[in-house]
Amino acid sequence: MDERRVRRAERGPSAVRLVWVYPDLLSTYGDRGNLLVLARRARLRGLPVEIAEVNSDQRVPADGDIYLLGGGEDLPQILAARRLAADGGLAAAAGRGAVVFAVCAGYQIVGTEFGGVEGEPVPGLGLIDIRSGRGERRGVGEITADVDPALGVDRLTGFENHQGVTRRGPAVKPLATVVTGVGNGDGTEGSYSGRVVGTYLHGPALVRNPGLADMLLGWVTGPLPAIDPRQEDLVTRLRADRLAAAQPAPA
Amino acid sequence: MSTSSPPSRRSSLPLRARLATTVGGAAGRASRLAGRGDGSVIGGIIGLRLQPDLLSLLARGRQIVLVTGTNGKTTTTRLITAALEPLGQQVASNAFGANMDAGMVSALAKAPDATLAVLEVDEKYIPATLTATKPRVVVLLNLSRDQMDRAAEIWMLARRWREALAAAPDCRVIANADDPLVAWAAGQARQVTWVAAGQRWHDDSWCCPNCGSHLRRDGEDWYCGECPNRRPPIRWALVGDNVIDPVGRSHPLDLALPGRANRSNAVVALAVAEVFGISATQALGPVGQVRSVAGRYTQVERHGTELRLLLAKNPAGWLEALDVLVPPPVPVLLAVNAQTPDGKDTSWLWDVDYRRLRGRPVFVAGERKLDLAVRLEADEVAFHMVANIDEAIEQARSKSVDVIANYTAFQQIRAALGRVG
Repeated sequence: MDERRVRRAERGPSAVRLVWVYPDLLSTYGDRGNLLVLARRARLRGLPVEIAEVNSDQRVPADGDIYLLGGGEDLPQILAARRLAADGGLAAAAGRGAVVFAVCAGYQIVGTEFGGVEGEPVPGLGLIDIRSGRGERRGVGEITADVDPALGVDRLTGFENHQGVTRRGPAVKPLATVVTGVGNGDGTEGSYSGRVVGTYLHGPALVRNPGLADMLLGWVTGPLPAIDPRQEDLVTRLRADRLAAAQPAPA
Repeated sequence: MSTSSPPSRRSSLPLRARLATTVGGAAGRASRLAGRGDGSVIGGIIGLRLQPDLLSLLARGRQIVLVTGTNGKTTTTRLITAALEPLGQQVASNAFGANMDAGMVSALAKAPDATLAVLEVDEKYIPATLTATKPRVVVLLNLSRDQMDRAAEIWMLARRWREALAAAPDCRVIANADDPLVAWAAGQARQVTWVAAGQRWHDDSWCCPNCGSHLRRDGEDWYCGECPNRRPPIRWALVGDNVIDPVGRSHPLDLALPGRANRSNAVVALAVAEVFGISATQALGPVGQVRSVAGRYTQVERHGTELRLLLAKNPAGWLEALDVLVPPPVPVLLAVNAQTPDGKDTSWLWDVDYRRLRGRPVFVAGERKLDLAVRLEADEVAFHMVANIDEAIEQARSKSVDVIANYTAFQQIRAALGRVG
């Protein structure tokens, strides 16, 4: 912990270090959006940002603040899990309290176990006590979900495209309760435990959910100042547009 | 047109199939007259309802070229048709991009006496179409992420291509050696012509499709570090603005169509022509003259502004389209929808780097313009939101405007302009 403080001091006390893990393998649906949104929302508050994009043939730095994992097909997902386990950088970072935000295939990887090409169990990184497998049908479409009130984040809106079903261990809470869509398969959506957060909202999940982005940033920096409303206007309108579109059609 | 055609081929069809093509043709004409599209799909749908194996019946006895891939299908189909012109024969083709069974049936039914056919095929339909049409040539252009809320994931698709082509030993495959997924999909075919057609978009091929390990790249070359999978030896290559033919001669590619993607498509067309005994020198003339393809690349004048229409349906397509934009300060209109044919998910917007649009007027339209607006804001690209193309023209006050739109947004703009080209 002391060593980490020294290193942060060298960079300047307020730099937020974002680490995008394996964009070569885990970036199927515009996952870069999460990186761009976190960087933008930090900079709008005057916080300097350092970005590391780490491909699967590079070491994962252990001293990041927020780690992002995206979606991927079966083969890249299995390869990514294998490499991350061998590398150890992400587990070390999570172990000392860094924030991990994982989406879709990434969400499954950070768990204890997930399903391989033929549905066989593949070991995950075990950063969070969840197990994922393959469900009966693919969940494809707009999803909305109400976030655990303890987190103080507005309703989630996103797009899901997965066949995963995820079960939580006793210490893990669902991130949200599904309003429309599929999510984990049991009426809940995503999971969190400590500072590890996973979701089936795929790709640029933080784009339409700036509250979730701010929650992750706030875990690193402490309370955040508000952003100039003019800088929030477009995303507020987009959120309203998508939340309205996801309303179930009247019977 | 169907009743007046010579009896030769039609009379060899079973009675029910003849009826099916006649009724289908009539419906297609009715649809065109009613202004509901170019009529190439409805006729085929009705024909297939009456005779489900109509595609296979209509394909019998013809030499067929199938063209598939994520991007460039319609353009390459048009370029191959041009490359075959030196044969002096009629060519049946679904030139307007109707690329499922009904569109192919309709194209073949409309040209009963054409012994050659060049057919664009949707990526997912390749296995079934191989069985139904027994093609002489199959062209595999590229494979990348596209409309994934409804299509299978692309590795699954490549696997189905690979199995289907392994079971079709009589057909020659023309495949892009620069796309590792395509190369793997063609890897078990009996006869393959490898073309170095280039790959602008690498983000879907970091993983060896054969063994799942990390794929290595060294300039143009690629290989797997863990298994023998590597870039196959090439026969045709695109090098800058030139094509290198199988005997190593370089020919300048002088195309009316813009951009590197179309130079790649042209090289593929030359490789197909070779199968039919046509030399690069013979094919280059007609290929170079293709100007506009199903309304794409068309120049249209509207209220004194020259518009150029570019279609881009997925991240790889947007990269190619941004490559061919006229340099600043020419304004650009971007239009994005998310209807079923577009894919209902707009996440792909975040896979495209828009930063190169900084410093020129940018207009944003389409049913999902808010998604696009938030995307551009994140890339610090200034823009104006507009309701439609006319508002963009009015605000741009420019001699010319380049337009990039995805599928249904493109069709809406064409409709607003009176379906030109």
